[in-house]
Amino acid sequence: MARPTLIVPALLLAGWATIAPGVPQQQQQQPPAPQQVPEVSFTIRGGPGTAPHFAVPDFLALTSDAETVAAAKTMGQVLWDDLQFEREFDMIPRDVYASIPVARSVTDVPFDRWRELGADGVVIGTVQRVGTGMRVEMRLYDVQSRRAALSKQYDQGASPGAPVNPRLFAHTIADEIFQQQRNLRGVARTKIAFDSNRDAERVGGTIEQRQAKEIYICDYDGANQRRITVSRTLSITPDWSPDGRAIAYTSYARGFPDIFISFIYQGILQRPTQGKGQSFLPAYSPDGKQIAFTSNRDGNDEIYVMNADGSNVRRLTHNPAIDVSPTWSPTGLQIAFVSDRSGAPQIFTMSADGTDQRPLTHESYCDRPTWSPAPYNEIAYASRTSPGGFDIKIVNLDNMQISQVTFGQGSNESPAYAPNGRHLVFMSTRGGGRQQLYSVGRDGRDLRQLTKVGANFMPNWSQ
Amino acid sequence: MQTRSATGVAAVFILTMALAMGACGKKTSPVVRPMPEPSLPAATPAPAPTPTPPQPVTEQPIVPPEPVAEASIDSKPLDELNREGLLKPVFFELDASDLSSDAQQALNQNAALLKEHSTWAITIEGHCDERGTAEYNLALGERRAVAARTYLVSLGIAADRLHTVSYGKEFPFDPAHTESAWAKNRRAHFVITAK
Repeated sequence: MARPTLIVPALLLAGWATIAPGVPQQQQQQPPAPQQVPEVSFTIRGGPGTAPHFAVPDFLALTSDAETVAAAKTMGQVLWDDLQFEREFDMIPRDVYASIPVARSVTDVPFDRWRELGADGVVIGTVQRVGTGMRVEMRLYDVQSRRAALSKQYDQGASPGAPVNPRLFAHTIADEIFQQQRNLRGVARTKIAFDSNRDAERVGGTIEQRQAKEIYICDYDGANQRRITVSRTLSITPDWSPDGRAIAYTSYARGFPDIFISFIYQGILQRPTQGKGQSFLPAYSPDGKQIAFTSNRDGNDEIYVMNADGSNVRRLTHNPAIDVSPTWSPTGLQIAFVSDRSGAPQIFTMSADGTDQRPLTHESYCDRPTWSPAPYNEIAYASRTSPGGFDIKIVNLDNMQISQVTFGQGSNESPAYAPNGRHLVFMSTRGGGRQQLYSVGRDGRDLRQLTKVGANFMPNWSQ
Repeated sequence: MQTRSATGVAAVFILTMALAMGACGKKTSPVVRPMPEPSLPAATPAPAPTPTPPQPVTEQPIVPPEPVAEASIDSKPLDELNREGLLKPVFFELDASDLSSDAQQALNQNAALLKEHSTWAITIEGHCDERGTAEYNLALGERRAVAARTYLVSLGIAADRLHTVSYGKEFPFDPAHTESAWAKNRRAHFVITAK
C-alpha cells in the first residue's frame, strides 16, 4: 500500500492557509496551524503479520467551557472514524476502553492499561480554549516503548462566520498519521460534491410539479452538508476543480443545459460555454487547466475539450452516435467516455486529442466511467446487471480484469474515486428507492451511507 | 390531469359546435345573455379555466362564456394552453428513440395544430425512465426530442419554432417504479413557449 509521497502535509496545510483569507460567501474553515513539537519519527508495528492495534480515547478538555468539552469528545470519535476509514490500523472499539481514565496531559498516560487492552498505538489529545480559538495538542504513542511517534500542536483562531471546527482538527491529525505512519495520502480533509432535491423547491415556469436540484458539498464522511447553488432549477453533475476552489456543473438556469463554474469560496459564477449549443457533464483535467464536456453545438452530442476559461474549444468525437460522460486519465493524456456507436452504451478510451478511439467494455450497458488516480490503473463505471438495475464495476487497465463492487442491492450509479484511489462514492437506491450517496472501499468492503435527507445524486470527490 | 384537460377541450368544442349549428339553423343572431352563476358548494373555489359543463341542448342555444374557440385559444395564457395538453406527447420504447406509428400520428396532429397557429414557438422536452443511467439519459432525452423535432420539420414546420431540451430522467412524470410509470416517463413532451 505504501507509495511515494505525493503531497506532504505541510504543503497541504499551506494550501489551505492561502485559501482562508477573504471568504465572503462560504464559511471556508481556517485549518489548524501545526506547530512542531520535538519528535522522533518512527512506525508503530503490530504483531507479526497483523496491523497495529490503535486506540483513540476522548481528548482531554483542559478548559471546562461547554464548547471545549464537546469538542474534545467529538475529536476523539471523529479521529477514530478517520483512522478506521483506510483500514491500515486495527482500531479497537472505543467503548472497550471507556473505563480507562482520560490522560491528565499528553505526557501523563496510563500505559499499563493500554498495554493490558492490547493497544500497540494510542492517540492522546488535549483541547483548550485560547482566546476565541482552540489549541489542540496530540501525541501518537507507541505503547510498548512509551515513546511518541508523532507529536503536534495545532492552533485555530475563530473568525466571524468561521467558528472553530473540531472535526477539522481530527481530520488533520488523521491525515498526518496516515502520512507519517503509512506514507499514505489520507482523505479525511477531502469533500464530496453532489446534487440533491432535499429542499423540495418547485421549478418555476412549468405547469408540472418539478423539484429543483441544487449542488451541495459535504465532508468525506457526510458531515457538514451545505448547499452552494440557488438556482431553483436543475443544477446537477458537479465536478471539483483539482485545487478544490471551484465546482463545475450542469445548470439549466437559462432553460437548457449549460456549464457553470462556481468559485465556492469567492461567490463568483462563470459560464465558460456561453450557451453555445447545449453543454453538460463537465470534467476538469488533472491539472485544472482544461474541461472535457458533452455538447450538441454541432447538432449531435459529442465530446469536446476547452480551456477552463472557455477558450480553445476542440471537438474530439465525430460520429452520429451519442458520445457522453468524459473522464480524464490521471496523466491527462487520455479520456474515457461513453458511446452507443456500436449499439448499447459502452465505455471507450481515446487520446486527449481525440485520436485512437477504442472500445473498452463489451457488456449490456455501461456508463459514467471514472478513471482512478495512481497508483491504481483502473476505471470504475456503472454496468447494467438486471433489467432496471446497475452495479458498480472496476476494470483493471493492465490486465482487463473486471471486478464488481456492488451486487444488486438497489440500482448503483455514478461512481467517483477518492483522491487516493482507495474508495469510491456512488449513488444507490438500496434501502428504500430514493437515491442516497454511499462510500465504499474499492474492494467493495466498508460501505458507509453519507446522505439521508431528500434524494441525492451524482457525487464527485475533491482532490 | 391529462384526461381532465381533454374533457375541457371537448367541452369547448361541443359548445362551439352547438353555437354554430344553432346560429346557422335558425338564421337569427344569437342572443347574448348572462350565464347563470354556477351553483357550487360554498367551500369549493371555482376553477377558473374550466369551461361551463354542457347542458342538454333543447330549444335555447347555449352561449359559451368566451366568444368562439379560435379566439379563445389565442387569448389564453401559455400556462393554460399547456395545461390543456393541446400538443400530444410522444412515447418511446426502452433505450430507444424511434418513432412508432402512434408517435407519428401524435406528431401529425401536433403539426396540424402548429400550422393552424403559425406564431406558436414550442420547446420539445426529451425525458427518460429511471432504468437508464442519469448521464447517458441526458443524451438519450436529447435524441428523443430531436427525433420528434426532425419529424415535425419534415412535415413543414419551421425548424426555428422548435427548440429541444433534454431532462434525462431528472423530471419523471410519474415517480412510481412500475412499467406503466416508466412508459409515461419515456417521452417527448411539448411546451408552448410563445404565441
